[in-house]
Amino acid sequence: MTRGALFWVVVALMLAALPPIASAFGQPFYIDLVRRMMILAIAATSLNLILGYGGMVSFGHAAYLGLGAYSVGILAFYGITSGWAQWPVAIGASALAALAIGAVSIRTSGIYFIMITLAFTQMLYYLGISLEVFGGDDGMRLRSRSQFSGLIDLGNAVRFYYLCLALMLLTIYVTYRIVNSRFGMVIRAAKSNEARSRAIGFSPYRYRLTAFVIAGAICGLAGALYANHTNYITPGLASWVQSGDLMFMVILGGMASTAGPMIGAFALLIAEEILKGWTEHWQVILGPLLVLSVIFFKRGLAGIFERPHA
Amino acid sequence: MLEVHRLTKSFGALRASDGIDFDVREGEMHAVIGPNGAGKTTFIGQLAGELRPDAGRIVFGGEDITALSAPRRARKGLARSFQITSVYPEFTAHENVMLAVQARSGHSFRFWRDARREPTLREPARRLLEEVGLGARADVVAANMAHGEHRQLEVAMALALEPRLLLLDEPMAGMGAEESQRMIAFLGTLKGRYSIVLVEHDMDAVFRLADRISVLVYGRVIATGAPLAIRANAEVRAAYLGEAS
Amino acid sequence: MTGALVFEQLLNGLQYGVMLFLMAAGLTLVLGIMNLVNLAHGSLYMIGAYLAVATTQATGSYVAGVAVGFAGTLVVGMAMELVALRPLYGRDHLDQVLVTFGLILFFNELIAIIWGRGSLYTSLPAWLQGHVELFTGSRYPVYRLVVLMVGLAVAVVLWYVVTRTRLGMLIRAGAANRTMVGALGVNIRLLYTVVFGFGAALAGLAGLMAGPIYAVQPGMGELILIQVFVVIVIGGIGSIRGALVGAIIVGVVDTLGRAFLRPVLATVISPTAADAAGPALASMLIYLLMAVVLALKPAGLFQSR
Repeated sequence: MTRGALFWVVVALMLAALPPIASAFGQPFYIDLVRRMMILAIAATSLNLILGYGGMVSFGHAAYLGLGAYSVGILAFYGITSGWAQWPVAIGASALAALAIGAVSIRTSGIYFIMITLAFTQMLYYLGISLEVFGGDDGMRLRSRSQFSGLIDLGNAVRFYYLCLALMLLTIYVTYRIVNSRFGMVIRAAKSNEARSRAIGFSPYRYRLTAFVIAGAICGLAGALYANHTNYITPGLASWVQSGDLMFMVILGGMASTAGPMIGAFALLIAEEILKGWTEHWQVILGPLLVLSVIFFKRGLAGIFERPHA
Repeated sequence: MLEVHRLTKSFGALRASDGIDFDVREGEMHAVIGPNGAGKTTFIGQLAGELRPDAGRIVFGGEDITALSAPRRARKGLARSFQITSVYPEFTAHENVMLAVQARSGHSFRFWRDARREPTLREPARRLLEEVGLGARADVVAANMAHGEHRQLEVAMALALEPRLLLLDEPMAGMGAEESQRMIAFLGTLKGRYSIVLVEHDMDAVFRLADRISVLVYGRVIATGAPLAIRANAEVRAAYLGEAS
Repeated sequence: MTGALVFEQLLNGLQYGVMLFLMAAGLTLVLGIMNLVNLAHGSLYMIGAYLAVATTQATGSYVAGVAVGFAGTLVVGMAMELVALRPLYGRDHLDQVLVTFGLILFFNELIAIIWGRGSLYTSLPAWLQGHVELFTGSRYPVYRLVVLMVGLAVAVVLWYVVTRTRLGMLIRAGAANRTMVGALGVNIRLLYTVVFGFGAALAGLAGLMAGPIYAVQPGMGELILIQVFVVIVIGGIGSIRGALVGAIIVGVVDTLGRAFLRPVLATVISPTAADAAGPALASMLIYLLMAVVLALKPAGLFQSR
């Protein structure tokens, strides 16, 4: 077995073993905690596709987290509780939004791209706040968890945990395949040297837009999972602070690496948990920590486990 | 193969291209020479599609391509190499050429198969690397290659496009004497197989390889003709007076 | 919807616009000349507001508050540049975004630690309170008019400095071609520090003027910063003229939209639908505007390069 495959087998086994161990020690809290980490790892993995591999500094990725969550919440609000309906809507709405936002944003580059993706995200955030019927600023409670015709009860913490684990591993694998496919190579080439890519005949725009939509769709799925996880949906899920968190997960874990986003998500959230235990003002410590990590820690944590991709 | 009619481009008050007329016959190697600042890079930029001319037309293979973007021109068979090396530094030489091969072979909206392992990409790329003389260095990361090897890689990537016309922008820039001789010999093997626009400062190479030479001075073509005629042309000698060649 | 009401909202829009301009002018210069994305620009705005309010509360003097707010923000800005931003010059935008994002978290929490998370109450001195009567017959707050005047005055001063002084020439040259200016032997580091100080001072001014009108609370900087980004994108990076035009447009469109979109919509669709759609659309208005501008002019209305 290759080193890479071994790594993933170990990770999968360790994560699979968590619920029984946590239950045995009477600490079900950790099941919830790690489940949240895995859901955000899915979101971070989707961002890595366009940020780590594509070089597109999208500061608005959390918008799709919010869209996915609100899709589930709004449908549940109106009595549509079937996950078979909700989750495709969550993914589809996010993909459509990504298409619209991407179509405008990807024509720009550099600083403009960062500011524009940020602006559009905030637009969705303000939209969320202004919709009083869905709780406005305070957000809303999820009427009922997504139902899957009795196949799986998301109310069961452990079963839901394993679903998230499976989806996380699936997402990471799918992203891995995409990144090494012809499509992925174009994205990575466009990031590496855009002029050269144009000179050999690639039109980066269409490929980047496609990647943007794929990333948005996957993040929409994460949003749907998140809504079921917290049972409460707030506009803050789409805020730029959340976007910044996702970016940090990708950077911290190591851009353009397969395991990076997951490692980054886990590391960041574990750091948050530890700091929260010390003080309610944990952000005053986390802020400078993030600053230092960017200034000094360029290759990211995944560099310990694997060679970075080209 | 290529016709350029009254190509004009100004940057503010500077006329970089001043009504250039230029043509390349099929299979011919047409060199462009001129003192520094003559506008050669601007000219190549407009041919490649990276710069929009202010006026004039470019006709490639009978088709007016003046309004086409650079990627579209590349897909139509107009390949270029860059004067200042522009490859993919973090990919190996093999992967660099594979990308060019991939660009040639239709769309790239394939999301599952591992492109690094595709024989339809690997084999042609390997053959091209052998052809330019980089066969042994295929698995070296481009950033770790020598400057001369970069120039070879540039040419390999241009050839990977199965072009009808090659735009070679100073392929021998920065090369030592021995490397230059090898590149000249290699370019000689390309003669006749491709139509080529060769921009070069190396006069030895130009006079040995070119079928025709155009001399560009201050954005205008002051002379076009066979190498011997150009060498004897008084205006050309005047333009180069004081210029070491 | 009377003419007087529209005019009043127009004035509000202009007043908000000049505040956006104060923020945008500094930020667009920093972006254009130093190629630095500084998300913490909003934090300077917040610091200006807090320093002013806290000083006024402590000393009872409004003028002291203004002075400390202005000077204090300038000092904090310089310190920020020296400590956190110098290592970022030349690094890619992603790094800058992340570092300044970390700074935002830090400053927001620091403010919360010192002054709590709630809004701070700000009071105005007697000579700034009250209303004036406009030619339309309605009454308009004196303070807002003062803010508008100050903003326009700053715009005039900036115009003078940028177009008529040597420093301004360096700034314009730097915005157009940074490397060339350095190659010409100008002390780039000093220019950077001056430009950044400019921007910080203007942000602080905007902040201390904002206190009595908008809520003074942690995170206030980010609320306005997004709109400042929209202004800069519309106006064009590096262009002060673009910042002014963009700021006025954004300020007026946003204010008028929030005030009148719902009533206007209610004339074409049902009032209950308008109640829901109005505020939602109003909040999206300037972003849609930005998208339209970008579709037509991808580098903004006024390009400096």
